[in-house]
Amino acid sequence: MNMSLVAGVVIFWLAAWALNEFLVRRFSANRAVRLFVPLLFGVTLLVLWEGITRGLAVPQVLLPPPSAIWARLTDSTSILWADFQQTFLKSVLAGYAIGCISGFVVSILVDRSPFLRRGLLPIGNFVSALPIIGIAPIMVMWFGFDWPSKAAVVVAMTFFPMLVNTVAGLSATSAIEGDLMRTYAAGYWQTLFKLRLPAAAPFIFNALKINSTLALIGAIVAEFFGTPIVGMGFRISTEVGKLAIDLVWAEIAVAAVAGSAFYGLVALIERATTFWHPSIRGGGA
Amino acid sequence: MTSAVAATAGIGRRENLLTRLWQGNTGPVLIVVAAILIFWYAMAVHMNAPWQQRLNDRAGEEVSFTQFVDQTWSQKKPLLPAPHQIVGEIWNATVLTDINSRRSLAYHSWITLSATLLGFAFGTALGVGLAVIIIHNRASDQSLMPWIIASQTVPILAIAPMVVVGLGAVGITGLFPKALISMYLSFFPVVVGMVKGLRSPEAIQIDLMRTYSASPWQVFKMLRWPASLPFLFASMRVGVAISLIGAVVGELSNAAGGGLGVRLLTGSYNGQTIQIWAALLLAAALAAILVSLVGVAERFVTRRMGGAA
Repeated sequence: MNMSLVAGVVIFWLAAWALNEFLVRRFSANRAVRLFVPLLFGVTLLVLWEGITRGLAVPQVLLPPPSAIWARLTDSTSILWADFQQTFLKSVLAGYAIGCISGFVVSILVDRSPFLRRGLLPIGNFVSALPIIGIAPIMVMWFGFDWPSKAAVVVAMTFFPMLVNTVAGLSATSAIEGDLMRTYAAGYWQTLFKLRLPAAAPFIFNALKINSTLALIGAIVAEFFGTPIVGMGFRISTEVGKLAIDLVWAEIAVAAVAGSAFYGLVALIERATTFWHPSIRGGGA
Repeated sequence: MTSAVAATAGIGRRENLLTRLWQGNTGPVLIVVAAILIFWYAMAVHMNAPWQQRLNDRAGEEVSFTQFVDQTWSQKKPLLPAPHQIVGEIWNATVLTDINSRRSLAYHSWITLSATLLGFAFGTALGVGLAVIIIHNRASDQSLMPWIIASQTVPILAIAPMVVVGLGAVGITGLFPKALISMYLSFFPVVVGMVKGLRSPEAIQIDLMRTYSASPWQVFKMLRWPASLPFLFASMRVGVAISLIGAVVGELSNAAGGGLGVRLLTGSYNGQTIQIWAALLLAAALAAILVSLVGVAERFVTRRMGGAA
């Protein structure tokens, strides 16, 4: 144990906190400050983590310090890249695309029949709350050990949020707008493409964003149920068994960055395509 | 709730029960469920047929079509079990099995449920606490909020085995590691919802409280807290569902501990498809019950507070 290190870290933490408090009180309108404050908080968190794990000699098995994780990350890029390819580029992207597109198509079909809409929507809402991830062992049995079974899990997980959100979005237009389209003698498809789909875009993007995080988690967890000897979920579960926790954290860091980047990309596309929507025009998130 | 909607749709007009069901959601939902069941049975025949065919060929049996269909619905380890097989398995493993034996699904469900509820309770408490801090302190709003959002980019479900194994290495086992995962998952929707909810009173209402010279505590107790309750319940509904998922996934890495997740895992190792489906269906039922319990609590509380329930 190294108490002086711990004390130093605590002092750093208090100082950073005081600085944040001061900055927010004095310059909260300043853009740079608004960016700096959460950044400082994050740095503080890392310093606290490093200092406490080293100072209190926390066993590596429980929580390795960030510096050790970074060293491991730069050391084993080839393993991490292979896992990333297997899990993200194959399972996640394939499953995400199929799940979102099929959910979207089904909701357009359902939308034509009010009967189906009333019947399917409560079921879709119900299924969205279920632990769908549990179908992973069944999918492994049906589609084999390689990535298609993981993609199938991702499809099942992403389908229902997309269905529910798109159906909700398609009913977001008011009757008066629909009447206006009718006075223009617009047909069903014209109304769909020119009025209702644009109005549903915020809902659809909401589903796309929810699904971007769901897809990654689904693919990783599905790999716990059997996989070839590559993949992020496989690596995490086997390295935990070998107590190589620093490599596990490196894998988690990759997953977190990939997940955030995926989410960020969808959010950027949303900003670019639904720039007219009040929630984006207002400058809010 | 659906029947209430159906009932109000029929007010004023004298219509029989059937028409009323038809106009609400109940009728369509029942028909869609029936369609899914029929499709399921058909798929069970389709997917189990090749294996059954091979069995029959090997035994040199000639069976009629109806017999063959029946055979595909009663295999021991089918590729896709028929619904009645799953229901039968659940019945056998809950009602007909001693509740303390490790073969009882009720026993495993209880393990999962207790971890879920503990994690959910902690998660909700943590979420509400963080939200209260965030709305009363601007520095923590600007510095905490981005990191609360970032915390959810760590795929906790993916590192659930590490959390369980890591805590197990220092002697913390049993309920607590799973509850921790559930907590991590469920605090997020609560924080986001409660920050929104506690900020939902309008400026004019807060000004009114100030003219009454209300203390911050009184503003919180009499204005902000009641205003935030609808948001809290909406968040709790999301939170309890993901708490259950967290508990199930947390169980995957501790096969000795029991729980529905373990049933999934052992079922997949032994090819016991009926066992997998039974555990899955039970987990789904648990989720449905928990979510609707939150809904009941919401209606009770809003009625007590004089809101339109």
